[in-house]
Amino acid sequence: MSIIIKSDEEIAIMREAGRIVATVLETLRSRARSGMRTQELDDIAAGEVERLGAKPSFKGYRGFPAYLCVSVNDEIVHGIPGERVLSDGDIVSLDFGAIYKGFQGDAAITVGIGNVSAEARQLVETTEGALKAGIAAAHPGARLGDISAAIEQYAESRGYSVVREYTGHGIGREMHEDPRVPNCTDASFGLMPGTGPELQKGMTLAIEPMVNIGDWVTKLDDNHWTVRTRDGSLSAHFENTIAITDGEPEVLTRI
Amino acid sequence: MAKKETIEVEGVVAESLPNAMFRVELPNGHRVLAHISGKIRVHYIRILPGDRVLIELSPYDLSRGRITYRFK
Repeated sequence: MSIIIKSDEEIAIMREAGRIVATVLETLRSRARSGMRTQELDDIAAGEVERLGAKPSFKGYRGFPAYLCVSVNDEIVHGIPGERVLSDGDIVSLDFGAIYKGFQGDAAITVGIGNVSAEARQLVETTEGALKAGIAAAHPGARLGDISAAIEQYAESRGYSVVREYTGHGIGREMHEDPRVPNCTDASFGLMPGTGPELQKGMTLAIEPMVNIGDWVTKLDDNHWTVRTRDGSLSAHFENTIAITDGEPEVLTRI
Repeated sequence: MAKKETIEVEGVVAESLPNAMFRVELPNGHRVLAHISGKIRVHYIRILPGDRVLIELSPYDLSRGRITYRFK
């Protein structure tokens, strides 16, 4: 495993890539509404990324057919936009990545459509909180396992489960670089708080908790992309690309 | 876009069992029951107690694994 350290100049480019990703997601957040086909969200993402002068990361990545991942309700991640129509009360994970001057930005938000149940809203808030807790743990000198532990502790202490089979990741010129950034700890993988690679200035990570109301066990649809909860419970997903600095971590995917 | 987790860890073969199964000890002291990958079987790579190997674990059952590589 080798974690690539980025220079200040490279991080400046990644900040631009991140700003583009965040801009696209904000546009999608403001436009998503009941009655819309998920394909329309993909079309908006495609138009916005071109307008902002960047390339989409996901389109064609290992054959992924769209610009944007749209994962509704019990879908966790990697949902493919299409003819599905959003309805009142849905929660929708929108995951988008862009390449700008050779560097990647990757982020996700979960948005509620219309009147969302209190149960779903709490899940969404908890998942966003778990992401913030993970970012807050990303100090220089801390270990990778501290990020995982912070996310897991935040979500599980509130009665939710975190998805264990999909993880965050290092990011840079490639969308997926070392290290993996799990959202949970487990003694058996040797990943515990205070263990794993030491975080240092110049590392850039995509941290992305996926949190379920029910069990963490997942299943894959026949399309080989869409991951959903096996028990059909709701799932939410938030992601930011961050840079480790000398002090507080910097969120790169923001406007 | 999230990355699919395959948990890979290094371990040391502690015991050789029938049917190409092995008991592998992980650095944290856990012992897992591991079978060998098809590639290792096809190339008839011998695995003996004391060998350092790479094993893949599944989050569903952390007591079992799959040996994917034997270090020289």
